Amino acid sequence: MTRIVAAGHVDHGKSTIIARLLHDTGSLPDGKVDELQRASASRGVPFEWSFALDALQSERDQAVTVETTQMLLHLPQRDVLLIDAPGHREFLRNMVTGASSADAAMIVVDAAQGVAEQTLRHALFLQLLGITQAIVVVNKMDLAGYAREPFEAIRHEMAERLRSLNVRAGAFVPAVGRDGDNLLTRSSKMSWYDGKTVAEALAELRAPVPQKSAELRVMVQGVLRRGQSRTIVGRVTSGVLKEGLDVSLWPSGRTAKIARIERWPDRGGDATVRAGAPVAFAIDEPYYVERGDIVSGTSGGPALVSRLRVRLLWLAGYALRPGQHLRLKVGTRTAHVELLSIERAIDVQTLRERPEGEAAHGDVIDATFRSREVIAVDDFATSPALGRFILLDGTDIVGGGTIQPETIVERTPANVVAVDHLLDRDSRAWRNGHRGAVVWLTGLPASGKSTIAMSVERRLFEKGYQVYVLDGDNMRSGLCSDLTFSHSDRSENIRRVAEVAALFADAGFIVIAAFISPYRKDRDDARRAAGERFYEVHVAADVATCERRDPKGHYRKARAGEILNFSGVSDVYEEPEAPELTLDTAAQPLEESVATLLRFVEDTLAISARHGAPA
Amino acid sequence: MDDRAAADLDELESRTIYILREAFFSVAPLCMLWSMGKDSTALLWMARKAFLGKVPFPVALLDTGMELPEVYRFRDEIGAAWDLDLRNEVCPPESGVDQTLPPGARAAARKTAGLRALIAREQYRGIIVGIRRDEQAIRAKERVFSRRARDGGWDVKGQPPELWDVFVSEIEDGMHLRIHPLLDWTEVDIWRYIKRESIPVVPLYFARDGRRYRSLGEKNITFPIESSAATLDEIIAELETTRAPERAGRSMDHETESAFELLRLGGYM
Repeated sequence: MTRIVAAGHVDHGKSTIIARLLHDTGSLPDGKVDELQRASASRGVPFEWSFALDALQSERDQAVTVETTQMLLHLPQRDVLLIDAPGHREFLRNMVTGASSADAAMIVVDAAQGVAEQTLRHALFLQLLGITQAIVVVNKMDLAGYAREPFEAIRHEMAERLRSLNVRAGAFVPAVGRDGDNLLTRSSKMSWYDGKTVAEALAELRAPVPQKSAELRVMVQGVLRRGQSRTIVGRVTSGVLKEGLDVSLWPSGRTAKIARIERWPDRGGDATVRAGAPVAFAIDEPYYVERGDIVSGTSGGPALVSRLRVRLLWLAGYALRPGQHLRLKVGTRTAHVELLSIERAIDVQTLRERPEGEAAHGDVIDATFRSREVIAVDDFATSPALGRFILLDGTDIVGGGTIQPETIVERTPANVVAVDHLLDRDSRAWRNGHRGAVVWLTGLPASGKSTIAMSVERRLFEKGYQVYVLDGDNMRSGLCSDLTFSHSDRSENIRRVAEVAALFADAGFIVIAAFISPYRKDRDDARRAAGERFYEVHVAADVATCERRDPKGHYRKARAGEILNFSGVSDVYEEPEAPELTLDTAAQPLEESVATLLRFVEDTLAISARHGAPA
Repeated sequence: MDDRAAADLDELESRTIYILREAFFSVAPLCMLWSMGKDSTALLWMARKAFLGKVPFPVALLDTGMELPEVYRFRDEIGAAWDLDLRNEVCPPESGVDQTLPPGARAAARKTAGLRALIAREQYRGIIVGIRRDEQAIRAKERVFSRRARDGGWDVKGQPPELWDVFVSEIEDGMHLRIHPLLDWTEVDIWRYIKRESIPVVPLYFARDGRRYRSLGEKNITFPIESSAATLDEIIAELETTRAPERAGRSMDHETESAFELLRLGGYM
């Protein structure tokens, strides 16, 4: 059954065309016309066809469609389902609800008023929701004198617009919904038109054929446990599932065989389940499978990603900004996501791009999300069911959209596969979206280490990183409270810090260690403790500069001999020979050093499409 | 049945089973209403299919004591044969509801009150209901996962969006979801499916002495229609040509223009 949504500007006559079609095809039940007559008379208005769909009291009182409605239309050729969706911008959520369940669209344009902004807006939404075919009805031709010119002008403009959105226009039909002209039969008032009637054009729209030939995808809805047996239940969204087939399970990446397909009642015959159908099956391995998992063939599986490039429609009342935390539901999987960036936002009221970085209710947005969990996805064009998502904030749905092909560069990396319940470094890294590491800031007292560490920690945290600062304050007050500032105790202090930092890095954190750490040998020991995840950063400023700053008055006290073994004054500071990064805090403002270090961390440690899988 | 009708039934059944599983795996505690009518009986059958023979949630009846005797007999037989976890919720008496309501609406108000009591006692977060869009113009505006406020009320003008088949199962405490797996089905689809799957139904649907029940409700407010359709095939043939509305015999819908809307806004199914 083809499902067709009617779209277009409020008052261009969508509901009237639908109701008139329902009536003329005998799709309305007996007594309905009488009921509409009574409802019209009681409101003191002429006979109102649209009341057949606008059944709510408030819709009839205000003569506006509020909530989407679906009705079966018995065309002479075949039955189709018509979905009436409100045109009013206030009811955008209802419009997209109606449109998201449709296979095709009937776009209604008022012949006298021409293509309105709202018509274009609806066309944009239709495309966003995945609709690729439409017919256009140019309505109220009576108000345009039944003339050919205004029809051709609208046809020309809409054809152009739809082509730019990749929506195929099946037909353009001039009509008068109220009088039934060109709906079911050709109108004598427009003898210049020899194309299809609205009914003929509607009957030619077809639902997309389920993708039996495409790669196998099963969306796991849950697992039924009965005694010792575990049955995985879900829906085949594309391809074909059969007994004995070798499959991959995502996101774990394990492979197993379909041991049996279960059916009730079991009427025997071929146990093959095709695209669109529900399925229940068991696998031959005792792997843990849960709601939200994806089953694919052993080749041509979905992409495992932690960054998603999407196109979405923002439905919340508040503005969307980078840093916003939401939940993203794709298929049966829900992931925690954070908005990293807005590439482009179209204000659909003006159909113009917004200046920068922010997006409001009703905008169509190209954006990038980072997800806390690694998720298996396809792009929308390849696999609609796994390539579209909704966004949730608490219990509210705040948006929906499609996954763009740019996401899929991050193809399933071999090293995320099958870790047998032991969490390794890569698993944590995939979950966090970055690798664990020790970023070791070394430099003279008052060179800016702590200030930089705190700023970078805060900024990384806001971007969703797992990050923690180790410094003299939190180390010396507890773990190292038994140590003095003697040469050997300073070495022991750094040894303990290095071991703690390495553990944090193992746990997936980015540790920013801010210590004077004056001796080269101690820093080399710290590097050994953390292995290849150690990044030495020299916070470089000369003694004179640091002494001029001297925020705590330590240099003054050291010069006065009140503090002994003070690096740079009464003890040595051995500069790093080959640091991974040098921040010249004498020459540049601290803010610039913060930005440099942030960029370094993101470029080096984030797992992104640009950098591919972790080594 | 031609190929297209068979394919349509497969598609309808697939989506219904998908919705039932989404409800079961994402909403708890969950219960299903069974009126013993053709629609909710067909839905129960699909729940058995979805969960491989055994309905995994309780099945509740809102009992006004006014069903026809054949209906109660059907309840007892099917409840035992299908091993259902039946909960018979006795609705408050008619004297307990607004006496200014017309008689049809009073029966509906009793069921609404019974449902409210059941939800309050069992703390259900999800109620599966077998309504269809084509039954009634107000039901045509429903969502599949439809939120209800703490008082059971339906905010039809403030419904959140529902996109594709990605349902929102999260709700605030105290609210509940009405889950509607049959919205896309039409009356004749249900009968074709009952025939294809050999699902038992209350015998009152089949004509005797020139009359049959097309829709089953309380005995004082539901009336049989004139019909000679005594078999499934004859019912299907009758529905393929009739233009009489299904609920013509249900007086509660027709007492005023807004009768059914007001019932539903107040929490009726």
